[in-house]
Amino acid sequence: MATTNRTSPPFERAGLSDEQLVGMLRTMLLQRMLENRGFQLNRQGKIPFASASEGHEGVQAGAAMAFARGRDLLFPYYRDLGLALGVGLTPYEVLLSLFARAEDLSGGRQFPHHYASRRLGIATISSIIAAQLSHAVGAAYALRVRGENGRAVLTTFGDGATSEGEWHESVNFAAVHKLPIVLLCENNEWAISTPLAKQMGQPDIWRRAAGYGLPSTCVDGMDPVACYLAVSDALDRARTGGGPTLVEAKCYRFLAHTTDDDDRTYRSREEVEAHRRDDPVPNFERRLVEAGILSPEGLECLKAELLAEINEATDRAEAMPYPGGEELYRNVYADSTDPWR
Amino acid sequence: MAVSSPTQTTQIMNNVDAVRATLYDAMKNDPRTVILGEDVGARGNVFLITKDFAKEFGPQRVIDTPIAEASIVGIAIGMAMEGLRPIAEIQFADFIYPAFNQIVGEAAKTRYRSNGEYTCPLVIRTPYGGGVRGALSHSVSIEALFYHVPGLKILAPAFPADVKGLLNAAIDDPDPVLFLEHKKTYRLIKGEVPDGHYTIPIGKANVLKEGTALTVVSYGLYVHWALEAAQQLAEEGISIEVIDLRSIRPMDKTTILQSVEKTRKLLIVHEDNKFGGIGAEISAMVAEEALFSLDAPIRRHCAPDVPAMGYAEPLEHEYMSSPAKIADAMRELARF
Repeated sequence: MATTNRTSPPFERAGLSDEQLVGMLRTMLLQRMLENRGFQLNRQGKIPFASASEGHEGVQAGAAMAFARGRDLLFPYYRDLGLALGVGLTPYEVLLSLFARAEDLSGGRQFPHHYASRRLGIATISSIIAAQLSHAVGAAYALRVRGENGRAVLTTFGDGATSEGEWHESVNFAAVHKLPIVLLCENNEWAISTPLAKQMGQPDIWRRAAGYGLPSTCVDGMDPVACYLAVSDALDRARTGGGPTLVEAKCYRFLAHTTDDDDRTYRSREEVEAHRRDDPVPNFERRLVEAGILSPEGLECLKAELLAEINEATDRAEAMPYPGGEELYRNVYADSTDPWR
Repeated sequence: MAVSSPTQTTQIMNNVDAVRATLYDAMKNDPRTVILGEDVGARGNVFLITKDFAKEFGPQRVIDTPIAEASIVGIAIGMAMEGLRPIAEIQFADFIYPAFNQIVGEAAKTRYRSNGEYTCPLVIRTPYGGGVRGALSHSVSIEALFYHVPGLKILAPAFPADVKGLLNAAIDDPDPVLFLEHKKTYRLIKGEVPDGHYTIPIGKANVLKEGTALTVVSYGLYVHWALEAAQQLAEEGISIEVIDLRSIRPMDKTTILQSVEKTRKLLIVHEDNKFGGIGAEISAMVAEEALFSLDAPIRRHCAPDVPAMGYAEPLEHEYMSSPAKIADAMRELARF
């Protein structure tokens, strides 16, 4: 059942149209540029915090392409900027979150990259590692009870999350009930400063699936098309009653964990640079240009268009007001305030 | 609450029957309701609360989960977010600790962190409390660990009619509710329970007995013992007002203050240990709001600050209060 596919196959479009392939690249570029914008704004002292997902663009664009908007449900983790963009979040919404403005989806409450949107099917998450997995499993169970065939849940997590007890509990429950869910691991080799070798005795997370009795697959997380195929197959299986799948996408975290982290204290520059050869963004740009799907001019045009969009969204979001202090008290409960107050 | 009237039919039930009957109606009346927990299906729960539910409603809605408390709650949260009305059971309150993050970090914050985009209409039921030779891991009170948490509601009814009315209210509530059932009262306490569907508003205490000498605030098993002690003191000519809190969060500040302003003395009685317990918050609130109405220091009659009651009978006995011990505490404060 499980297959390993660490090396990229020759260019394979997996049935995707030119428009879809360029769409994936667009998401990847947007993710990288927005993330850089977050770091810039932090260095300028305009926002207190930003987190990093550079290196995850391939797996996230691929997974987002496989996700059926308006039908599937997404339970992401906090490193899923590209996945959120890929399923429809706008750069403006991301910037509202970075600036913690009143119009942000959480009203300025949540850390950046903790998006929740019914419109897009993105569930609300905390920063507690692996806590969203059992919610995802519960949502998949709810789809079954409600008889909503043809829908599935996609949940994502890092390699670090697989160390949590709740990871085990959730994968196990999904397997017991053969739930319509895809469990996608974005293995970037680092849990903040802790490398894979200190997290687990054997480095292939997909191999664990056999112990739970569910199928798994391992893909090159730097290859958006391979990731699209793997997640698409798994989601199709989930939507048609075939049960859960564990997908491991091996990628890499190029930047520090967040703006508050300094990865020079725990990993060498040589290691990071060595992985740069696999950087999914320039590699996918090159593949699309070489295949004649996008011209070099078209690529530059796309980048300029995205930068203009991000600049415009930055200015617009920055100009928006913060939530007022009175907002602190809203939505504790559905009804009135706590009488102790 | 639907007040009993001559036309109102009732049944005599104990607390465990009231839980069972209420859960049964919820399963019968709303297909979104699901029950999940350890041994709730084939076994029908360790106290037989859900006996035969799986046969009637099917294993899809009465779910025997693996032994995994964190995900029992977490899965219920996901179900609640996606339109079901889950009732999660933690087999004994002592087993709830692995689920702490899911309750405190996730369920209580679902509405808040999404600014109302997602909600968590979830009931977590669990039997708690001692007096049943439950030793260290089948006897604890957990309310104080959770009542610090905004976003949660915590109920601890003592009478069958309140069990039904408040469990119905919890099931209907759009936010997460921790529903605490004192296991010693399950079969010990009987009472009339109105037929049909009714709810008791969450956050309303109940003045069980009016009095003038002092106010006793309690909940759970000790409400019954406080009433028994109050009857004893009545024979001695001391009139005690007894308040059953019923709802720990939100708490009925008004009823407590009105009573204390009348009796001018306050005794808080609970099975949980004293330090940082529910009584600490009530004491602080009364000190802040009604200090000059008091004729005596506030007293708390609670368990000693030890990790739990032991299995040996004398250890449990030493930990637990009794109607006689509560009566002593009442007399002492009345004399002040």
